Amino acid sequence: MNIHEYQAKAILRHFGVPVPEGHVVYNGISARDWARRLGDGPWAVKAQIHAGGRGKGGGVKIAKTADEVQKYAREMFGMTLITHQTGPEGKVVKRVLIEKGCNIADEFYLSFLVDRATSKVTLMASAEGGMDIEEVAAKTPEKIFFEAIDPLAGMTGFQARKVAFKLGFSLHQVKQAVPILQNLYKAFVEADCALLEVNPLVLTKEGTLICLDAKINFDDNALFRHVRIRDLRDYDEEDPMEMEAGQYDLSYIALDGNIGCMVNGAGLAMATMDIIKHSGGEPANFLDVGGGATIERVTEAFKIILSDKKVKGILVNIFGGIMKCDVIATGVIEAAKQVGVKVPLVVRLEGTNVALGKQLLAESGLNIIAADGMADAAEKIVKAVKAVA
Amino acid sequence: MSILIDKNTKVITQGITGATGLFHAQGSREYGSQMVGGVTPGKGGTSIDGFPIFDTVADSVAATGATASVIYVPPIGAADAIMEAVEAGIELVICITEGVPVLDMVRVKHYMECKNARLVGPNCPGVITPGECKIGIMPGYIHKKGPVGVVSRSGTLTYEAVWQLTTRDIGQSTCVGIGGDPVNGTSHLDVLKMFEADPETKAVIMIGEIGGDAEEQAAAYVRDHMTKPVAAFIAGATAPAGKRMGHAGAIISGGKGDAGSKKTFLRECGISVADSPAEMAEALLKIWKP
Repeated sequence: MNIHEYQAKAILRHFGVPVPEGHVVYNGISARDWARRLGDGPWAVKAQIHAGGRGKGGGVKIAKTADEVQKYAREMFGMTLITHQTGPEGKVVKRVLIEKGCNIADEFYLSFLVDRATSKVTLMASAEGGMDIEEVAAKTPEKIFFEAIDPLAGMTGFQARKVAFKLGFSLHQVKQAVPILQNLYKAFVEADCALLEVNPLVLTKEGTLICLDAKINFDDNALFRHVRIRDLRDYDEEDPMEMEAGQYDLSYIALDGNIGCMVNGAGLAMATMDIIKHSGGEPANFLDVGGGATIERVTEAFKIILSDKKVKGILVNIFGGIMKCDVIATGVIEAAKQVGVKVPLVVRLEGTNVALGKQLLAESGLNIIAADGMADAAEKIVKAVKAVA
Repeated sequence: MSILIDKNTKVITQGITGATGLFHAQGSREYGSQMVGGVTPGKGGTSIDGFPIFDTVADSVAATGATASVIYVPPIGAADAIMEAVEAGIELVICITEGVPVLDMVRVKHYMECKNARLVGPNCPGVITPGECKIGIMPGYIHKKGPVGVVSRSGTLTYEAVWQLTTRDIGQSTCVGIGGDPVNGTSHLDVLKMFEADPETKAVIMIGEIGGDAEEQAAAYVRDHMTKPVAAFIAGATAPAGKRMGHAGAIISGGKGDAGSKKTFLRECGISVADSPAEMAEALLKIWKP
């Protein structure tokens, strides 16, 4: 789960990490009033969307007067911000962060994430702050430092000092950096983050360190123990169909093609998308109904696929382990009755209770194209969709 | 011979009184596995469908001599269940549970560092040595005893590979589902080393996914140390970057871990890579005759 920059900064502030004073606003008048309340300018006016690269798209402005703050904020509200992370359709700005500006002397990069190779939380740091870190990694990987953190000891003082010295800090700055790094790690662990990124960490002309931007992504699997974090979710930022799917514990991701897929298991679901493409078609979605799906969940999955107007055909590919084929068959039949299936439907079933599942489908009176094996299923749905189009 | 489990393996089920745990304990017993009991705190001394229940894993080990455990407890208690099994002296812990918080697994891995137990999973289908022992949720009937080792991050995609082998009358030595999470107990590389050392395994199918570099590490081992032929498939060629495809591990970030670069590297290491998931068995047969 992603949150906005202003929400991430509030979490960091709670953990004692220095961030600029600021306030989120929903209209231009409040923007001006909050700017005045924050003290003298300049101020940063920052569009709040769940994507990076906002500055290049006009989503970050520096204002010298309170009236300018209002003007920039007004321009941002309702604008569709397109960055390299939003996709071509962009995202509409509905919240704007007004912040006290600071005098930047130097910029640094910090992030914490779980490294699969070491199975440890790892700090990634670079003196090349304010830039796209993926670009730094590609061009000058030697400028990025890694520090794996022992889960029992936590972020130790000597590790924090080591990183701070590598970043080229003076002793005065090292003394500020150590608690910042330790508190960021504490925030990462206590809030069950998947990614915590500060880019840039700024050294001001006055010699203080402050986190000028912050991005947090939470581990979805740990949200059950963080009720306050769950409440930070901004539904405007999420795909309505992915959200609907989430209500039923379905893993759904919309794609650009026209063949809807319903599969059990993430690996098989990805492989089904792959084989559709391999057979000359384009998948409309990734949909994993999971292992313990009920008839209700399968029905909802089917409704979600059918609500996508791009879908010109559906491929159901089930290899039952936990999932029983008769449950899938019953769900498909239920959904078809409730919503009505007007597009070609290819079903491939294998695994637990396969005979019963096939029998239910055959007796349902629905117009279902049965398939043997993945290749056969993919070829049949691609052919059927091409015939319709 | 086989790897990890055989007909002598005694298994206890943690979370046996849940619907999923009981269903699959019964399924494993029907397959012929020695399912010697279960653990549900507070229900010790009772039994369910002939399985004796114990309050703790330690009690169950003392009473049954079990050396393996399989975990079906919900995510909130999964990490605790793994550590309890390890502490009780269980040698092989197989965690089926999906949705375990990643930082719980970071702590579990650290806890296991100096212990002599092996963890498979979490978020995995389990392990099966066909004809001898099935621990997990895979449908038993699709398997057949034979010479091919199968290792995979994905559950249902493993069944797919197994079915392709079985329908061509080629059996499997052991099939290991290592799970789709970023932090898990056993890697592709660990399993390849075991297959290389196992005289019964003559060839291997490895199924990977986008994300991370575990497949690349395994491939480097194949290139440098493995004498047995290996075929592979990498799922997720059509997955867009930055989107999490169900498995928390299956995400392309920073231009790393995409299917194309993985396939290229695997081929450079002498692995026969299938472009379509329907051709996993065919890819193996191109470089190996049973």
